[in-house]
Amino acid sequence: MPKTITELEEIARKCRVEIVKMVHRAQAGHPGGSLSEIDLLAALYATRMRVRSDEPDWPDRDRFILSKGHASPGMYAILAEMGFISHEDLKSYRILGGVCQGHVDMKWCPGVDFSAGSLGMGLSFGMGCASAARLDKSDRRAFVMIGDGEMQEGSVWEAAMAAAHHELGNLKVILDRNRIQNDDFCEEQMRMFDIPAKWKAFGWNVKEIDGHNMNEIMEGLDFLEAPENCNGPSILIAHTIKGGGISYMENNPSFHGAAPNDEQFHQAMIELGEVEA
Amino acid sequence: MTRMAATRDGYGQALLDLADNEKVVVLEADLGKSTKSLHFRKAYPDRTISCGIGEQNMLLVGAGLAASGYIPFASTFAIFTERAFEQMRNGVARPNLAVHLCGSHGGTHTGTDGSSAQSIEDLAVFRTLPNVVVMHPCDDVSTRSLTMQLPDLGKPSYMRTARNKTPVLYDGREDEIQIGKGIVLREGEDVAIIACGVLVSESLKAADALAKEGINAAVVDMHTLKPIDGELIDSLVAQCGALVTAEDHNVIGGLGSAVAEHIVANSFAPLEMVGVPDRFGESGQADEMLEVMGISAPYIANAAKEAIARK
Repeated sequence: MPKTITELEEIARKCRVEIVKMVHRAQAGHPGGSLSEIDLLAALYATRMRVRSDEPDWPDRDRFILSKGHASPGMYAILAEMGFISHEDLKSYRILGGVCQGHVDMKWCPGVDFSAGSLGMGLSFGMGCASAARLDKSDRRAFVMIGDGEMQEGSVWEAAMAAAHHELGNLKVILDRNRIQNDDFCEEQMRMFDIPAKWKAFGWNVKEIDGHNMNEIMEGLDFLEAPENCNGPSILIAHTIKGGGISYMENNPSFHGAAPNDEQFHQAMIELGEVEA
Repeated sequence: MTRMAATRDGYGQALLDLADNEKVVVLEADLGKSTKSLHFRKAYPDRTISCGIGEQNMLLVGAGLAASGYIPFASTFAIFTERAFEQMRNGVARPNLAVHLCGSHGGTHTGTDGSSAQSIEDLAVFRTLPNVVVMHPCDDVSTRSLTMQLPDLGKPSYMRTARNKTPVLYDGREDEIQIGKGIVLREGEDVAIIACGVLVSESLKAADALAKEGINAAVVDMHTLKPIDGELIDSLVAQCGALVTAEDHNVIGGLGSAVAEHIVANSFAPLEMVGVPDRFGESGQADEMLEVMGISAPYIANAAKEAIARK
């Protein structure tokens, strides 16, 4: 599944279009965190995940757990891009009976490995998946994406401690460090001080990247997969921009959980190159 | 002489019995010596995962294992399972992942540690979760038997066990015990006492005392609170016309509530609920606690007479 950087960037662009369409159509949802994570998801799914879109429940697949489960439009967009669901399915986002539930749900959507939406849970679940892989003597991996605000949940650190204790080298975390949470900037809500030092102190392999630079993302994913980093759990701290790619959403806490109006939607489509200005 | 044993020992034994199933894994939160999963750990360390003192993580590690084809058994004190309630709700029950949670040391009967360790609300809170089967067996034999049925359940469960020894009622009767089916331990026509856990043997004592006064009380072990055995309750209503429930649990939300919920929507009979009277416990011996809480045999017998008087 080799892809050029340009190809990956185009996948991410197409996903951004779908993200904005989903939240605009539903007039609800979480665009900010979907846009900040999407370059990472595009690279991960297009170049690393060992999954089968025609057999989403394949037992020996890699797992991906979107622990920040509210950022579901990003997940649905990449799942549609990878063929797990159709682009038509994306129209069901937040609609009664829809495949695309408000928060990612394994009971509703093919390719979703964990029903998230309540923060602080995905890393523990990923540890369970990684433990199962070890018991199965399988080389499958569990990738978990967490948010930075989410790290304020104490249970994240229960899992961080336990995964390092058990030396789960098949557990890979990507932190979407977008610096904004529901109410405000993280720095205002709850300062987290030296995040890399915290994970290092918990016994994790740590690397920081620019989460919107596709070259750095690929290096970061190489780091997660490197044999020397499979002695224990690893985390890729990806510095991102909340709302990244849509000018008026960027670094704007009000677009954590709000939809664009029609005018804003049109502007977003222009910025993403979907329509002429 | 009646054999005495603690239900938690039945749990520990069942885990060993289940070990031939290679999908069975055990999760601990630093209380394996108490919940009795330690025997499994000793024999099968590779299939035992220590989660440290971290119940929230433990429940979801279980969920990840269950989603990957394993059959996880997680245990801690009943009181600490409550700390992971939302993990059980959102990460286990909601996706219907068959994680089997055992809360030992349930109820005020757990004794001298005092109120911080005496869970009186666990059955209530787990009963509110869709998909979750809730059990509270009364002796080690039935605990073992119920636990051994869990790998075939295909959905999550919560089982409360108790710290202290109580009379063993089912030696040689293992085959009678089935998840979801209450057991009539004593036939009677005047009143039916429906009990769970440590109050089953208290209820039998109450029935003995009532018999001396010419009252024939049926006694039922309702080891499964959810799904409740409605068919059996209907037959008890028809047969006795008066009911008592008995549980070492807050009178709000547990077995009494489960029975009440059933009878108000079906055939009705007066019901007296014996349970912890919506208060916290304190330090005391197990038998002292049953007295302090007003849930020992004499209280159950009194409640039976009150239920009969309301016929």
